[in-house]
Formats: sequence, C-alpha cells, structure tokens
Amino acid sequence: MSAEIVIECLQLSVAYQDKLALEDVTFSIHRNEFWGILGPNGSGKTTLLKSMLGLLTPVQGTIRVFGVAPQKLGPLRDRIGYVPQHSQIDFNFPLQVHEMVLLGRCRKMGLGRRASGEDIEAVEKALERVEMQHLAHRQIGRLSGGERQRALIARALALEPEILLLDEPTAALDVSATEGFYEWLHHMHSQLHMTLVLVSHDVGVVSQYVNAIACLNKKLVAHGRPTDVLNQESLEQMYGCDVMLFQHGKVPHMVVPSPAHHHESPHQE
Amino acid sequence: MDLLHYAFMQRALLSATIIGTVCAVIGVYVVLRSMSFIGAGIAHASFGGVALGFLSGINPLFTTILFCIATAWGIAFLSEKRKIHEDSAVGIFFASTMALGILLIGLMKGYNADLFGYLFGNILAVSAGDVTFSIIIAVLVLGLIWFFYKEFLLMTFDLEMAQVTGLPTRSLNLLMMTLMAVTIVISIKSVGIVLVSALIVTPAASAYLLSSDFKSMMRLSVLFGVASSWIGLLLSVWLNLASGATIVMVATLLFFICYFISAQRKRLKQPEHASS
Repeated sequence: MSAEIVIECLQLSVAYQDKLALEDVTFSIHRNEFWGILGPNGSGKTTLLKSMLGLLTPVQGTIRVFGVAPQKLGPLRDRIGYVPQHSQIDFNFPLQVHEMVLLGRCRKMGLGRRASGEDIEAVEKALERVEMQHLAHRQIGRLSGGERQRALIARALALEPEILLLDEPTAALDVSATEGFYEWLHHMHSQLHMTLVLVSHDVGVVSQYVNAIACLNKKLVAHGRPTDVLNQESLEQMYGCDVMLFQHGKVPHMVVPSPAHHHESPHQE
Repeated sequence: MDLLHYAFMQRALLSATIIGTVCAVIGVYVVLRSMSFIGAGIAHASFGGVALGFLSGINPLFTTILFCIATAWGIAFLSEKRKIHEDSAVGIFFASTMALGILLIGLMKGYNADLFGYLFGNILAVSAGDVTFSIIIAVLVLGLIWFFYKEFLLMTFDLEMAQVTGLPTRSLNLLMMTLMAVTIVISIKSVGIVLVSALIVTPAASAYLLSSDFKSMMRLSVLFGVASSWIGLLLSVWLNLASGATIVMVATLLFFICYFISAQRKRLKQPEHASS
C-alpha cells in the first residue's frame, strides 16, 4: 500500500440534517484500491460518500481528495465519477441511454458548449465498457435493473475518472444479479486502473470482491484488508455493533464468513 | 377566413404562435421538475404586479415582470433554505401577492376594466407593442434555453449530479425561475393570469406521455402548444367564445387524447417488457 493517497479522512466528523452522522473517522484510500464502505442503515456510509463529493462539509476534522478539500476541487472534479443510488434517479424521464451518459460530461464540456467528437467518443467508450452499446438509443426506463445500474456507471465513466464512487449499487438488484454485478465490477477494476469506493450494507458479498473495507457505525469500527478485518478478534466487536443495528433478521447470514449462505438471505427490491 | 385580413386577427395568431411555443418549451422543464404549482403561483403573483402598474401609472408590463421575477426568486430562496417545503413557499406567495393586488385595486378610484382583461386575457385585444415585446422576450428565453440546453437538462434530470459535477446550480436555477416568470408575463394578456399555467403545463404533460427522449418531448410540446393556441383561437372567434378559455380547453382535450394513446401503447407493450 505504498501508492499515492487519493482520499484522506482525518478525524472527520460530518453532520447530516442537523445530526452528527459521522464521528472521528480517520483512514486513507490509495490509488487503484477497491474499497467497500460497509455498515448498516444510518451508519454514515452515504454521508461519507457525500463528503468525498463535497456535497457535505465537515463539522470537524478534514477530508481531502487529491490533496484538496472536495469543495475546492475545481477542474479536478472531472477525475471523480459518481454513481448515485438507483432510487435517486427518475427512470421515467424521457432520456435515452446515450443522452444520459453524455450528461456525465456536462461540466467538462463547458457552459453552453455542444458535444464535440471527443465527447461522443468518450460516451461510446463508456458504453462499450459496460457492454451496452446496443442499448444506446433505448429509453432509460426500458432497461432492466442491472442495465440501469450499468448505464449509471457508464455516465460516471464518461468522464474517464480516476476515482469511481458508487452508492449502494446493488440496491435494486436481486441476489444473483448482485453477485454478477460484483464479478463484473471486480473484472472492470482489474482492467482499468481506477480507485473504486463502494458503499453497501452487503458485508458478506462485498468483502469477497474488494481489497479493503471500512466498517462504519457512525464511527469507523474497523478498516483494512477484508481477511484481516473479518478474521481477527475485532470481528466480534464489529458484528456486535452490526447486530445491534440490523434488526431485520439479516445478521446471521452476514456474520457467517462463508459466502455459500448468501442465497438464503432476504433481499429487497 | 376573411378574418385573417384583419390586423387584430393577425396579431392574435402571431401572439398565439409565440406564446404557444415559449410556454410549451418552459413547460417541459416545469413538468419534468414537478414545478406546476410554482408556475401557477408566479402567474397569480402577476396580479399584484399588474395592479401596481395601474396604480403607479407605469406600464404594467414592466411592473409585472419585476414583481414576478421577485416572487420567483422569493420562492426559490425560501425553499432553498429548506426551512419550509417549496409548495408552502408557493402557497404563501400565491395568496399574498393576489391579496396585495386586491388591496392596491381598492386604492384606485373607480373600476378598471383593463384589469379584468389581465385576469382572463383577451388575445384579440393585444396591441402591436405587446406583440413586439413578447417577440423580444420569447427570443431571449428560447435563446438562453438553447444555450444552456445540456445544463438545464442535467439539472432537471438529476440535480445532485449537477451539483457533484460542479455546475453553478444555484444561478442556473434562478435563471430558470426568471425565464419562467417572464414567459408567464408575456402570456397573461393573451390567456390571462388564471389560465396561463395551463398553457405551460398541459402541452408539456401531453408530450411527456408520448416521448421517449428529451428532444422529441420538446418538439411535441411545442407542436401541441401552438396547435392548441391556433385551434382554440380560431374556434373562439368562430363560435364567439372567450379565447383564453377555449385555448385551454383545446389543450386539455389534446391531453386526454394523448393519455388515451399512451395507455393503449402501454397495453400493447406490456407482454414484451414484463420484467421492467
């Protein structure tokens, strides 16, 4: 882990809607790592992601992306791709896939400018990467759950970013589609030299594919390689926190380190 | 069609085309951003602006434009602070600006018939000056929307993404509200304060039902807007009806036709797309 640090949190505390959602979080993400930010609902995962994007300002501590505060990134913003939660997007919007992907480059293209050849090329390349060229002219509402997710990723990839931030990317997928999605993401990560940061509550599934995890529960409970974090004694303490917060019977499935049990776990649509 | 030889009729048709177009274009954003109520709120606010113009002796067009822009910004400001919901902000302005208008009228000596014209509109009574003014405003509005096409599209589709990518969303939102306000102002003389929001919302909502991409929604909305303005105007002259109301009724009829078509289409498509 001697690579350059791209995201750094130092004693970071962030409030969301007047409540402290993150407290005293310190860790750093190095270039080309694949991170899973894990934790139950309300653990501050999304808050952390929004802080990285500069949508929320710390109440204490600092956060730096490429060495600067996210609000002051300026043109460096174009090096960050963001894939929002599925539920934030209105898929009934009259928009075709290629139009949506092009919008990912909106700011980079410049105020009032139309798409140049370079922009069109980037859109095509992004669609190729998510294997959706054949769906370029389909309305976004007519895509399947997995395709919608990949289209949102293509929109982020259209910027050719160095960091890709994904917020609960599998929330709208069923269990088998979720596994397939992580396989694909893992594959993409190994092909493109990109830092991936992924927020999820799927502790079990995610930890198989990422090379580092951060377990959040308002505070940073543990972080490091999945094998270290999930196998050491701190595990008990961490799951202790999780058990306390997960109240819908999912816990036993997530605590078992073997992935074989995942198909039993209830999933949401 | 001898009527077309009359200057007032030519002005009315020109006015119908301009208003039909610009309202339909703004309407696309209003419908997609669920801002119909804001539109109605700003339209009603114009009543206060008109009354202010009559009372002060300044051309009501100018007082109304300023008044409506101020209202639009006020709504944007109040809802941005998130202390109250946007619809509450609109509700407050909606009634209070109307109330101000009523109070101002009370201060005036005698009844002013022209004021009634603003409430319900009379497209047959628009002057050459009105038409010129609305052409200038329409060109400005359409030009700015053309220029900020992709920015407005992204903000409408995904505001958070627009913020993340670093677009000046706050200024762009104020600009959008301003464009909406001036569009409303140039339309009230023709279709009236009470009915203008229908001319903004209805053609765009009809287009929404039938479109799968943004540009086709824009085109269809303009087509519906201009068609209902023309058909409504000609019908109203022919049948001696109130023009603004007839235009709105035609637009509404078009909406229900679109609704029916879209429901039929959906039924045909269903087996093919059971999964999504």
